[in-house]
Amino acid sequence: MTPNAKSPTPPDTRRGDNDPGPDAAPDHASSAFSSARPHGGLAERAFRLITAGAAWLVLIILLAVAYSMASGGWLAFKTFGLGFITSTDWDVVNGQFGALVAIYGTLTTSVIALIIAVPVSIGIALFLTEIAPVWSRQPIAIAIELLAAVPSIIYGMWGLFVFAPFLATNVEPWINDHLGTLPVIGPLFSGPPIGIGTLTAGIVLGIMVIPFIASVARDVFNAVPAALRESAVALGATRWERLRYVTLPYTRSAIVGAIFLGLGRALGETMAVTFVLGNAHDLSASLLMPSNSIAAAIANEFTEADTELYRSSLIALAFLLFLVTFIVLSLAKLMLARVERNLGRTN
Amino acid sequence: MNWVLFRRKLVDRIAFVGAAAATLFGLVFLFWILWTTFANGVAALNLKLITEMTPPPGADGGLLNALYGSAVMVVLAIVIGTPIGLCAGTYLAEHGRNTRLAAAVRFVNDILLSAPSIVLGLFIYELIVVPMKHFSGIAGGLALALILVPVVVRTSDEALRLVPDRMREAAFALGLPGWKVSLQVLFNAAMSGIVTGVLLGVARISGETAPLLFTALNNQFWSADINAPLANLPVVIFQYAMSPYDTWHSLAWAGALVLTAFVLALNLIVRLFARRRSSK
Repeated sequence: MTPNAKSPTPPDTRRGDNDPGPDAAPDHASSAFSSARPHGGLAERAFRLITAGAAWLVLIILLAVAYSMASGGWLAFKTFGLGFITSTDWDVVNGQFGALVAIYGTLTTSVIALIIAVPVSIGIALFLTEIAPVWSRQPIAIAIELLAAVPSIIYGMWGLFVFAPFLATNVEPWINDHLGTLPVIGPLFSGPPIGIGTLTAGIVLGIMVIPFIASVARDVFNAVPAALRESAVALGATRWERLRYVTLPYTRSAIVGAIFLGLGRALGETMAVTFVLGNAHDLSASLLMPSNSIAAAIANEFTEADTELYRSSLIALAFLLFLVTFIVLSLAKLMLARVERNLGRTN
Repeated sequence: MNWVLFRRKLVDRIAFVGAAAATLFGLVFLFWILWTTFANGVAALNLKLITEMTPPPGADGGLLNALYGSAVMVVLAIVIGTPIGLCAGTYLAEHGRNTRLAAAVRFVNDILLSAPSIVLGLFIYELIVVPMKHFSGIAGGLALALILVPVVVRTSDEALRLVPDRMREAAFALGLPGWKVSLQVLFNAAMSGIVTGVLLGVARISGETAPLLFTALNNQFWSADINAPLANLPVVIFQYAMSPYDTWHSLAWAGALVLTAFVLALNLIVRLFARRRSSK
């Protein structure tokens, strides 16, 4: 891309000894410009300082968020120790706080969301890259992406006023009768058909993360080298066989990355879950019962937290959420970066 | 009839139907949500919405103070967040490029881009609200800016990296210093990408509710003081929708319609505009 990238370096602007730092050591041909820039002028130095400062600020923000959550939640961690994570108590009056119910609710709703979103997203990506008429691909893709643009509070209102009653009258009685009576998994599906609860929150979250997974999946499906597709076609593979034996194996790590990205979103999603989860601090096996999640507990209770310990417990919840999403999103990013490198090599 | 061929064709047909059904599934929910918002919101839409304050339970009223507060905080977020994001993006694309620092910043920026907004709101609470000892529009604007920055960093970095190196070579060959090359040549060339990124970021922060719950809080009355709790559309919608009062519910739907229409219109305009630019 930059065959003569070094040519603009005039002889009098060679990098001086007083210009150390990471950007002074280009490890790639396209970095030549960073050293090519004349750096004598005051304005130039100020410009560099400001832009580099802004870049450092991004790093500092992340560290500052982690530090402020850890220090804000310190009182709760110190008071309850490991019990904060393993206890199901959430007794505001007696000052007993445990995170297990919220952690459990966060995980169960996110898992349900992925169970719904992953196959649907891959189906959408397959439809958009192989099946749909070419003229319809862009409009459908934009419509699916608009699902991500709808504010989450709108999902919450729709979930509370329309979707939860719909489930309560049309779906949950059926679930009770047919799945609730099964051995082993029965307890998961029995409970009052009130519409608000873990299952509803999981479905709403699933719809919310579909566009994130689907758009990454579509992009990587499109990036599969034409030669691979063509050889599969030449062997007589059907569309399904092309997906199953060529596209999915080739894009596996990106798809896993996209799923982690969706998981990260689902774990931290707040408003929609706050509306439909029911804010109940009880541990229940049933997916039809109201529950709680970390984000929903903070949104519901933070402004009412009147004691130091109460507030600290909620910030400690936020610290746990931040930690988990940081790990999940890092994994997502690593998986996606690996594919970018691979695609860069083969294309 | 060849059984193997039949089975393969059957599986292919099932995959076809499954993929189409999945797409339909997504689209049905989009239209269901939009229709719900439209049908409930239109019924409550009237002139009072933009002429009166948020009412107490049972009374008539509008959303004037909430719309105003939201606008103020979004503008505040743009004013604070865009320059920071643009500077960091410029560093990544022009100075940092493929260095370790740039890689680390891009990595962290992508994490911030997807980080739970409620945690970022709590961070501003600890950073601004606790020392100032009161909720304020400034804190709300800063929380939104914190969400806007990673969006602008990412899009400006990508837009600047798309500018061909020949343009840099030409500018340097004319003897321009680096900062002038960036400000007068590269920003110009990357302008549509940068504007697209900022507008998409604005669409995103306009609907953010969680980080405002404990930064701007809310205000029942007219207030133009950004150093005091400030009414804003998302939190009003949240409180009114969660309340047991019918009049509040219908106001919440009207607010939801205004918000959704604004966010989706911004998204569609940006996407169509960006597509036309790129196909030229």
